[in-house]
Amino acid sequence: MKNKEPLILVVVVAFSLLTYWLVEPFAHSVMHKHVESQNFAYADLPAITKTGNVANGKELTMGAGGCTGCHSITKEGIPANMDAVTAAGVYGVNPPDLSDAGAVYDAKFLADLIKNPAHALKVEHKFDAAKGQMHPMVAFYGAGGDIDQEVADMVAYMQSIAVSKDELTPRMAYENACGRCHEMRYENWTQLGTKPSFKFEKDALAYDIEVLEYQEALTAYMGKLPPDLSAYIRSRSEHFLSTFIEDPQAHLAGTAMPRVGVTADAAQKIIEHMADAGDTKRHERASVGANVMWYILIFAIFAYLWKRSVWKELH
Amino acid sequence: MAQFTKATSIKDWLNQRLAIEKVEKVMASEYWIPKNINFLWAMGMVLAITFALLLVSGIFLLMYYQPHVDLAFDSVNYTIMREVDFGWLWRHIHGVAASVVFLVIYIHMFTGIYYGSYKKGREMIWISGMLLFVTFSAEAFSGYMLPWGQMSYWAGMVITNIFSLGDLHLDGLVEWIRGDYVPAQAFLSRFFMLHVLLLPLVIIGLIGLHFAALRIPHVNNQDGEEIDFEAESKKYLAGDKAGSKVMRFANDFMSKDMMIVGIYLIFFFYLVFYNYSFALDPVNFDPADMLKTPTHIYPEWYFLWSYEILRPFSVNIGLIAFGFAQVIFVLLPWLDRSPNTVPASRRGLFQIWFWLLLIDMIVLTAMGKLPPEGIFSTIGLVAALMFIVLWIALPFITMNEKKV
Repeated sequence: MKNKEPLILVVVVAFSLLTYWLVEPFAHSVMHKHVESQNFAYADLPAITKTGNVANGKELTMGAGGCTGCHSITKEGIPANMDAVTAAGVYGVNPPDLSDAGAVYDAKFLADLIKNPAHALKVEHKFDAAKGQMHPMVAFYGAGGDIDQEVADMVAYMQSIAVSKDELTPRMAYENACGRCHEMRYENWTQLGTKPSFKFEKDALAYDIEVLEYQEALTAYMGKLPPDLSAYIRSRSEHFLSTFIEDPQAHLAGTAMPRVGVTADAAQKIIEHMADAGDTKRHERASVGANVMWYILIFAIFAYLWKRSVWKELH
Repeated sequence: MAQFTKATSIKDWLNQRLAIEKVEKVMASEYWIPKNINFLWAMGMVLAITFALLLVSGIFLLMYYQPHVDLAFDSVNYTIMREVDFGWLWRHIHGVAASVVFLVIYIHMFTGIYYGSYKKGREMIWISGMLLFVTFSAEAFSGYMLPWGQMSYWAGMVITNIFSLGDLHLDGLVEWIRGDYVPAQAFLSRFFMLHVLLLPLVIIGLIGLHFAALRIPHVNNQDGEEIDFEAESKKYLAGDKAGSKVMRFANDFMSKDMMIVGIYLIFFFYLVFYNYSFALDPVNFDPADMLKTPTHIYPEWYFLWSYEILRPFSVNIGLIAFGFAQVIFVLLPWLDRSPNTVPASRRGLFQIWFWLLLIDMIVLTAMGKLPPEGIFSTIGLVAALMFIVLWIALPFITMNEKKV
């Protein structure tokens, strides 16, 4: 009698794969908007035409630029004017420390941010100057000279004090670009920073209250408390995370989340940090996976040989 | 009282008390299986192995899982996935096995339909199998609630809500099932109990019944041949192994079972390590939030076909169609009026019916996941009507079937 098993196998596999393709790749391609990556080129932002002067930039940043009125630069010994909770009460969110801004953020983005924050951040729908909705970051209108030169100087200064690309760790990238809005409980991270361990419960509770106060101000500012990102590496695809970080409006028009303007390198590191929080066993999964596959393959070969020896007498 | 003599060996000692040799014959070496079967007959063993994987991985997960609305999500995603050694492996095995078990169940079911293995004394096999399908569905649904993610919460909300829809309006029943107005702690606790105790007990009992139902009518074969098991087994025991039409369950059939299990496990572990998102839905990695409805709520893939039978109609008609879809498979042995217990390929119109049903259910499955808009809702409606028409037509198609 003819052996029908290969044909049956083809039929079973074909129908299974068809069903899989329909409910997974096909259905998801219909359900989710596809956003192409722009490779963090920020093509909508004007290019920097001037060559920045670091010394001049430092002077502007510390002086006429007015940056240090709100921003700390701990690397240069400039502390924040107020603590994070108070700052969030005033601005909605704690203004970032500028020590490593030059390494995390794209230069074009920084330049545009200094001149027109709501534009660079893509939150003009929320902060329309014509309607009197001022962005909490005050725009720089120039210190008397060529404004483009002055902005280029400040950007050059920030780049000069920042860590190098190689020194920027995934954690640093996350804490700089995301950490003031997004908690990451699985990494013990709150919007105020890494939660210390306390000896006494009342100190821990006092810290929690500070976090809650910060979150209250942040919620009022954003409309909703930005989500904890602990498990985002599993709940969103890497492509989604990358394109969302690049331009939140492309996925979710009208969202309060600003474009954070990170470099491609920083974005990749942010995603890596998310993986370090929500998919810590990915390397173990790869190595255990390979071993298990070999083991099962050998098992299947032995099972086949056993079957052959048993069935020899049956035919 | 039976006579006990001084045992000559441990085996003899056990034999006197437990009749282990007799049990071994009944269960394995003289449990006769026809030889003319193909690999689809190994799906029972594949299911048994998958169930064992679910049970073992479930026991490990149970040691760390916390059935509390404030702790459940983190006990799964932090404790089990990050802290516990190989916790991620147990979870991936459990999640993937829960999905794959349905793929194998469907293959097993359609094999039964194709070869007519629910007829002529095999009705109880079919019924116990369908009861297993229903219980596995309840087990899968209750398990899906436990990580308390967005899909857990909203699937729990939508599915329990079914009873309050349309003229059914059983709001009291919905509250009774939930133990609250919305899925909350009472809901999670009871679904936890169902998932780890009551339903597994029922499943194990039903597996026993399913196996027992197989003993008297014997396993069907791929040629629809009536085999005289008595005579053929005598032939085998007399030494004519090659000439006999039957073989021992163990080791003869078992060796082939294990070969197929080996191939299956390669596929299974590939999914566990390299392609698991279809079974561990990304949306469920967002913690449950009763103020934020996910954009798309859909059940796991194995419920999609019946979900799509509910969806394209007006509420009341949809509920009736849904109820119809839930029970109709159980009635198959009586809806099929044909006297033939042969493969569908030799049954004329029934063969067409079989392939149409299979394709229709795949279409329903796909439409059940896609958003019900435009062309998809039209296709869904047609497929749902087709499903109903196919089942209503079955007795008429098979009534006039010629005896082969």
